Amino acid sequence: MAIGRQTAAAGHAGVLTRPTWTTGWASWLTTVDHKRLGLLYICTSFLFLGLASVEAFLMRLQLARPEQSLVSPDVFNQLFTMHGVTMVFLAIMPLGIGFANYFVPLMIGARDLAFPRLNAFGYWVYALSGVFIYTSFFLGGAPDAGWFAYAPLTSLSNNPGNGIDFYMIGLLVSGVGTLVTAMNLIVTIINMRAPGMTFMRLPLFVWMMLITAFMIIFAFPPLTIALFQVIMDRTFGTLFYVPEAGALPILWQHLFWIFGHPEVYIIILPAFGVISEVIPTFSRKPLFGYPIMVLSGIFIAFMGFAVWSHHMFTTGLGPVANTAFSLTSFVIGIPTGIKIFNWIATMWGGHVRFAVPMLYATAFLLTFTLGGITGIMLAIPPLDAQVQDTYFVVAHFHFVMGGGALLSFLAGFYYWFPKMTGRLLPEGLGRLGFWLIVPGFYLIFWPQHFAGLLGMPRRIQTYEAGIGLDLYNLMSSAGTFVMGAGMVIVIFSAFWALRKGRLAGDDPWDGRTLEWATSSPPPHYDFDVVPEVNDRDPVWLLKHPHLVERRDPISESVDPDHSPPKHVEQVSIHIPGQSWYPFIASFAIFLGSYGLLFHNLLLGLFSVAVLFYACYAWALEGVGGHHEHIELEPAVGGPA
Amino acid sequence: MSHTVVAHSHEEYRSTRLPDIKLMMWIFLASDCMFFGSLIGSYLVYKDRSLVGPYPIDVFDINLTTISTFVLLMSSFLMVLALHELRVGNIKLFRLWTFGVAFFGSIFLGFQIFEFSHFVQEGLTLSQNLFGTTFFVLTGTHGVHVTIGVLLLLSLLIASYVRPVAAKDSVYLEVVGLYWHFVDIVWIVIFTVVYLVEFV
Ligand code: HEM
Ligand SMILES: [Cu+2]
Repeated sequence: MAIGRQTAAAGHAGVLTRPTWTTGWASWLTTVDHKRLGLLYICTSFLFLGLASVEAFLMRLQLARPEQSLVSPDVFNQLFTMHGVTMVFLAIMPLGIGFANYFVPLMIGARDLAFPRLNAFGYWVYALSGVFIYTSFFLGGAPDAGWFAYAPLTSLSNNPGNGIDFYMIGLLVSGVGTLVTAMNLIVTIINMRAPGMTFMRLPLFVWMMLITAFMIIFAFPPLTIALFQVIMDRTFGTLFYVPEAGALPILWQHLFWIFGHPEVYIIILPAFGVISEVIPTFSRKPLFGYPIMVLSGIFIAFMGFAVWSHHMFTTGLGPVANTAFSLTSFVIGIPTGIKIFNWIATMWGGHVRFAVPMLYATAFLLTFTLGGITGIMLAIPPLDAQVQDTYFVVAHFHFVMGGGALLSFLAGFYYWFPKMTGRLLPEGLGRLGFWLIVPGFYLIFWPQHFAGLLGMPRRIQTYEAGIGLDLYNLMSSAGTFVMGAGMVIVIFSAFWALRKGRLAGDDPWDGRTLEWATSSPPPHYDFDVVPEVNDRDPVWLLKHPHLVERRDPISESVDPDHSPPKHVEQVSIHIPGQSWYPFIASFAIFLGSYGLLFHNLLLGLFSVAVLFYACYAWALEGVGGHHEHIELEPAVGGPA
Repeated sequence: MSHTVVAHSHEEYRSTRLPDIKLMMWIFLASDCMFFGSLIGSYLVYKDRSLVGPYPIDVFDINLTTISTFVLLMSSFLMVLALHELRVGNIKLFRLWTFGVAFFGSIFLGFQIFEFSHFVQEGLTLSQNLFGTTFFVLTGTHGVHVTIGVLLLLSLLIASYVRPVAAKDSVYLEVVGLYWHFVDIVWIVIFTVVYLVEFV
């Protein structure tokens, strides 16, 4: 395959010359390639997953025995707040976005996201906002008002340290990154599908990401406004959450949970997507009930915006509101249940292979269902009134977020690692890791149901001896060692496999979707010829036509003007140019965050100036890039 | 190899034939609805909950705000003209109308600055009462939107002197136009629920 380079005419240059490094640190700072950014997302979220795990570990150490004082109450508050914030905003959600970055373009046969530089910007904003939030530990203490930071706990008079400012500003900035990335994904999925890739042929992971991205653009603004209001209160003396002035602190709870409930679906829908890819592949059967799966995803997204007050049953909204939100919460269980049955039906009668991804997917099915059942229990207001703010709730949301999202992302990690790196993760260590992580998980969180029902409050630094909580807590804490060991094995085997792992080949799992039609790892231009798509499982259609039920004749829906020309011997692919400006713009925002936090006008103005410069240079620089000419092997039919 | 067929993808395939950037703006505006929705919602929740004055009716000058609203509406009209002229390739008129939109937008901002400083003189500040808090943050956010719109328009105007513009560039103006109309519509909502209701 010969590659001819042809540089596009230099457009308006900003002040900086256009970077062209392909290796070294600068190539990563300036990259706009969705695969590299996807890797950056995945690695960064694993880093934050590690930090949040250390925090969890410290908390569990403190709670292992009654009446210990390894960790002071003040530090404990910071630990659970940072743990929750990190897990939700900096680890699990970005992990989904990272997989989307890498695989959505490959799965729909696009060559990148619609706005590659914006994609880079989204990543850097996310990564730097994480760094920003974590510097709070050194700059006056971490946030300590819980991950939902209820007003008026966060007011300047109640909480004068810097921690709350780090929370508010950090999450606001990180939200900007999430928003632009979501918008970018929507445009990409709507506009850049390969010829023949109709909506009802999109891989389910892509569908779930599309729905997730729509949820993000509607859910993040209320959070952003709420954060902004508290920042205004603390910085400029507004009265949004000052009860003495007539304000209603409950407004924060409404705005937060109008975001917060959709957020849990923003976390779990990508996970559903991963599961919907893994289960059919390893059951050797097309996904059962594809249209129903899509529709129930859409239904979940709509209903996700109509259940937020189930987090507020005990705030005195009154019986009518409580009943209404209880009902909507029951209803949202229906599409979720449908999905579970469809996954089971996909496995039913298939040739199931329990490779590591499938092990995690199966564990997901069980664990998520159990978490869903406690969720339905919590949607009953009188029951919620009994267990609100106890370990029962902690057990519930860890079953759905840890057992649901984390386990399915581990499935995705094992599934896609060979595609991303070209090497297989070792199977034996993978199984060992699995058999430590999943039982460890149950050891941690199963007893918490009972501790919660006995009345053990959450967010409490210690408990009395001899009131029936000792054993449950000891079990929980012991479990962290088991699960932690499993995680260490996963990480270790990933590093090992990078150098020594068995070569994967293009298609180690006998995959169905387009990402398996290119090499592992994919070339930087993804596909030399984007395959024509005639089925939901296009790669299976080529390899095993008997496995897919063909619904419509070939090329019915392929736009004749745009189907790739046959007998092509050379293709020319546009590669967008690298750029400094996404990083510079996000770094300006990073500096500006400190300016705002420390009320430093000079730093603030400087960052705004840099941001302006970056925006204009960004626009003037243009997409840029070059065309790459790739010679094809003489006979190309389908995917090369 | 007797002949080489080259598939060129300079004009890249798009599933919907809608330019990416236009789709992007629509999606951004959908999201922006929620931003303003949250701000307007907060304003309405706190309406009539201020414990001390000045109250809206003490400070609002409905005539003044009606005029500035009218100016903003007219700017949207000029926006339509500017886009039309660019599409038919009449660069001179395109520049004139684009300048007109930015100019009218600036007049609106001038009114807002005047209004704000007047209110402050009357004793209404960010931290005076809940009305001040919610009013300034809501209308201020809208003002920031208008300012960004003016900057975008001026940038397009300057760009038209620096490098040749052609009818095919009209998508950029169209996108800014979508934004501008949206900001206008939001103002109509704000004008209604913040100002007009005080006078019924
Ligand atoms: C798997 C190992 C994990 C362990 C051992 C662990 C442990 C803990 C502990 C001890 C708490 C404090 C409970 C309290 O005092 O109220 C907590 C809270 C929390 N965890 Fe985890 N966790 C884990 C994973 C996760 C994951 C994967 C997520 C989310 C995706 C998550 C999200 C949260 C949230 C949101 C809170 C609430 C923080 C707050 O109260 O503000 N955790 N976790
Ligand atoms: Cu919820």
